[in-house]
Amino acid sequence: MSSKGYSANFINRQSFIELDARERAKALFDEGTSRELVGPFDRVESPWLPMQGVTPQEDDGCVVMKGKIVGRAAVVVALEGAFQGGSIGEVSGAKMTAALDLACADNEKGIRTSAVILLETGGVRLQEANLGLAAIAELMGSILALRKHAPVICLTAGTVGCFGGMTLAAGLASYVVMTREARLGMNGPEVIEQENGIEEFDSSDRALIWAIHGGEQRYAMGLADALVDDDTQQVADAVRDFTSKGIPAVHRSAQVELYRSRLATLDTSQQWDPQQFRELWATNGLREGRR
Amino acid sequence: MSDYFGIRGTVWFRALTGQWSPLPGDPKSVLTADAPLGQDHTRFLCVVRDPQARFPCARHGEVGLEEGYTLAARVREVIEHDKNTIKRPIVAIVDVKSQAYGRREETAAIFLAAAAAADAYGSARLAGHPVIALVVGHALSGAFLTHGYQANRILAFDDDGVMIHAMHKEAAARVTRRSVDELEKLGKEIAPMSYDIRDYAKLGLLYKLLHVENPEKPSVQEIRKVQDELAAAVADARSGPVDLRNRLESTAARETRKASLLVRTKLEAQWLEK
Repeated sequence: MSSKGYSANFINRQSFIELDARERAKALFDEGTSRELVGPFDRVESPWLPMQGVTPQEDDGCVVMKGKIVGRAAVVVALEGAFQGGSIGEVSGAKMTAALDLACADNEKGIRTSAVILLETGGVRLQEANLGLAAIAELMGSILALRKHAPVICLTAGTVGCFGGMTLAAGLASYVVMTREARLGMNGPEVIEQENGIEEFDSSDRALIWAIHGGEQRYAMGLADALVDDDTQQVADAVRDFTSKGIPAVHRSAQVELYRSRLATLDTSQQWDPQQFRELWATNGLREGRR
Repeated sequence: MSDYFGIRGTVWFRALTGQWSPLPGDPKSVLTADAPLGQDHTRFLCVVRDPQARFPCARHGEVGLEEGYTLAARVREVIEHDKNTIKRPIVAIVDVKSQAYGRREETAAIFLAAAAAADAYGSARLAGHPVIALVVGHALSGAFLTHGYQANRILAFDDDGVMIHAMHKEAAARVTRRSVDELEKLGKEIAPMSYDIRDYAKLGLLYKLLHVENPEKPSVQEIRKVQDELAAAVADARSGPVDLRNRLESTAARETRKASLLVRTKLEAQWLEK
């Protein structure tokens, strides 16, 4: 975890996790190139939350910024984990999709524009239920369209992590960046315990949760492309590297036969030791060694 | 209002394809067949209940790891096959309980299996295949994102056995600290919260609601009617763009999704400002 300039520098380190969504987004751009679009002063709020006695927020917990990363056009979409758990509502969902669609249109005009999505989310906002779910489906469609032209980088830093429907967005990403403090998994431990009992998943077992969903595990089994410290410089460097790198030869979500054949060999009669997946799945043949 | 029985998928797959067994090498929970629809040779896919599935948490009609990757493989083989020829329609018959909630699923990254299937459906659509979802029963949460929600036309039956939602009622009640009754009442006032397919139609995401007297036992005439509607949806998809914009441009969406449209207008205006 120390080569390639990702060395831990505890003295000068500035925590990324402690930044809010707006500060996080800004930190990823080349100095002085970013500006926010449809910001808090535009006051596009959720129309559905007030109807249910929940106070909306002026930006609906989603920050969109446009600017330059390594000198090229980029859009960053950052979810604010502190507002409604980063959940996807109609407005926050529409912001993400619209931003990616505009980036896609620019690419089609010859202006290479990449996207970074900062995922701190539990998934669909239940007060907006079906519009949240639909928004995620539309965002996924927009990721698929954009990633033909330019990389779509998904970053989850913590502390909320990425759960629910938005993990499918992460699955479609060109690159995934995580910290050790982040978790990535479709169903949280509480949901599994609720649905299938404590013997299936004991949601109080912190060690188990991190062993399965934690950033270190996801990176070690080839589901994330970089593992970075909670350091703003390291996070920004990883984003810059992947932005420069361009589109991967094959996206992870298109490697169907690889994962299908891996699944076929697993013994499903018992629970697994997550550690074994670090050996079984460590190489996907496309990822460059990066620690 | 609507319990999941897991039989509608099989009934409609059989009605539309004349088949009811999985392809060789596939798990029993994923049915794939090519069958005529209108003028087209069409690929039909369906996830059904397999009580003997390898994965214990995917035995009741859930979409799990094997289902995700099998759907992805079966859709991708069509994209590959039709690369230099007419793009055949792909019809996802949807009656899925939920995604699979299990420890094995999380360990082996069910999110990627789900993304792989959605990737295949979405990539097929972008390549020019008309992708149609026919919701004959339940279409819940991650299961629908995996199987059906990337379609460029969505059709659904208009009866009480059909449910499209982000979370099943009991769980949603628990999480939002409401009773199931309160939740149902709320759905009457707030369309996106509703479990009723007729309220879902108000969101503008559907291409069409279809009526079948008894979807668990359709008549020959009704099957023919559904085939005609699917063929019409295929023709409509072929005449439009390959993205999902029709979901926002529909008459109902212009009313219900005003906030989404406002976001797009504002963002587009500010995108070019210096």
